[in-house]
Amino acid sequence: MSIVNARALLKRYGNLVAVDGISFEVHPGECFGFLGPNGAGKTTTMKMIYCVLPPTSGDLRVMGMDVREHPRAIKARLGVVTQENTLDTALTVRENLVIFARYFDIPWALAGRRADELLDFASLADRAKDKVEYLSGGMKRRLMVARALVPQPDLLVLDEPTTGLDPQARQLAWEKLRQLKRTGVTQILTTHYMEEAAALCDRIAIMDQGRIVAGGSPADLVAAHAGREVVELRSVGDGWGDPGAVDRVLGAAGHLVEMHEVHSDLLLLHTSDGEALLRRVREGGIEISSATQRRTTLEDAFLRLTGRRLRD
Amino acid sequence: MAPRVPILGNLLFFSPRGAFRFWQRNAYIFRRIFPESVAVNFMEPVIYLMAMGFGIGAYLSTIGGLPYLTFVATGLVATAAMFGATYECTYNAYVQMYYEKAYDAVITTPLGVEEVVIGEVWWGATRSVLYGTVFLAVIVLFGTVRSPLALLIPPLFLLSGLMFSVIAMTFTAVNPSIDYYTFYFALFVTPMFMFSGIFFPLDALPGWVKTAAWVTPLSHVVSLTRALSLGTLEPRHATDLAWILAVTVTMFPLPVVLMRRRLVK
Repeated sequence: MSIVNARALLKRYGNLVAVDGISFEVHPGECFGFLGPNGAGKTTTMKMIYCVLPPTSGDLRVMGMDVREHPRAIKARLGVVTQENTLDTALTVRENLVIFARYFDIPWALAGRRADELLDFASLADRAKDKVEYLSGGMKRRLMVARALVPQPDLLVLDEPTTGLDPQARQLAWEKLRQLKRTGVTQILTTHYMEEAAALCDRIAIMDQGRIVAGGSPADLVAAHAGREVVELRSVGDGWGDPGAVDRVLGAAGHLVEMHEVHSDLLLLHTSDGEALLRRVREGGIEISSATQRRTTLEDAFLRLTGRRLRD
Repeated sequence: MAPRVPILGNLLFFSPRGAFRFWQRNAYIFRRIFPESVAVNFMEPVIYLMAMGFGIGAYLSTIGGLPYLTFVATGLVATAAMFGATYECTYNAYVQMYYEKAYDAVITTPLGVEEVVIGEVWWGATRSVLYGTVFLAVIVLFGTVRSPLALLIPPLFLLSGLMFSVIAMTFTAVNPSIDYYTFYFALFVTPMFMFSGIFFPLDALPGWVKTAAWVTPLSHVVSLTRALSLGTLEPRHATDLAWILAVTVTMFPLPVVLMRRRLVK
């Protein structure tokens, strides 16, 4: 049975369609990621999963239960890390965990024991008595994750778990999330960091403008939407504005080019054999200012699918 | 599952145990500042009573056959309940909701907006009882309480605290910005404070002012605290109690419905 099952899930705010009829499934024990630019509908989808936003239409089941009919029963088995930190500033680090446990009807003594275990897990044991306002950004985020684990959830929902963290804090957060995954906790996360999606997720759904535009494992997505390698050619002068110039490159490279993209002075050629392609471009006598050849990444697939236009 | 109680027919349900959990969180936080809080609560009425009793009382010896200090003290005790609930469900609730995001965290647990609002309202009522009881102790010390019926005042504070909490929470649910509480206090709380029969009897007021004053919730609480303190309960006080009950019961679902509309879009 799937942990989350969405069919034609739609959320509308007035005239704005934030989530436009998406369908997906999350399986037990996997880490499923929503990757997408700002405004793609990731957070709205997450909020519907953790039952604080009712769907406008479509079907959404979490652990077999309809989100409209059983929000409390679902929430009793969920751990949620919201996009913004929502720690209780009136309480200390440890009290944040203990009081949170009470919302799940966990008895005081057990709540205390679990709080101590989770503080160890989150490497926050030495900060137990501090007010949360004195924690660093990374510590606050780890405390958010620790708090989400208080009810021993079957599903952990993480909305941008590492946004705003420095590289060290992010690495530590990833390590903790991978550690959790080994214990069998199913995870759903959103991110707009490719490395994060690639490092943590078994499967990814790429969202754009409320729709899922592609899905699969990071490797499959790259292979299907970006090919194996990319050759980047920088033009001399004003860029690749002259279509004749691009045509000359494509003519020289022939069938080696699987797809191409032009971004001002940068021409991207997706291919399975970068070296052969580069050789042909050189032999064709085409003038370029520089050429690089590299393996494709999730970012190539992502940008191909969602475009390079700035989103705000 | 915890038992659920329907509000407004089938429109909304809430779990009393869930509401109690949020109440418990507030109580847990309050426990730490309890001694200071009680000390401040003790000082405030003392200052008021000294100013009113000895200052104004020096010019006015009796009002309606009562020493002025006794008249004021037995009415003023009602305001402790009003302010306890009102501060909790205006500024405190607003800061927690909009600045501290405390509600956003709680609604990801089995608790929903309903439990948070109801827990908050009951906490406001609890503060009314705590503050009001301290105030009551002060006016006993001032020798203004004449009847053991005064023991019924704390339970009355629970009820009137609920009423003031529900009214304040309704305003909080629709309040667009924290600055607007100025209007709530200037146009509602302060006039009520002045025209509820605490400082002068309402009988002497011109007709329409008297009617307006009678409509305010506080005037009924004042009427009851005075009667209970002095042992002068009459049949008309049943009307006061009925009025408070009616306002509380009719308005009770309002903050829940409005807050839900605000937080769940």
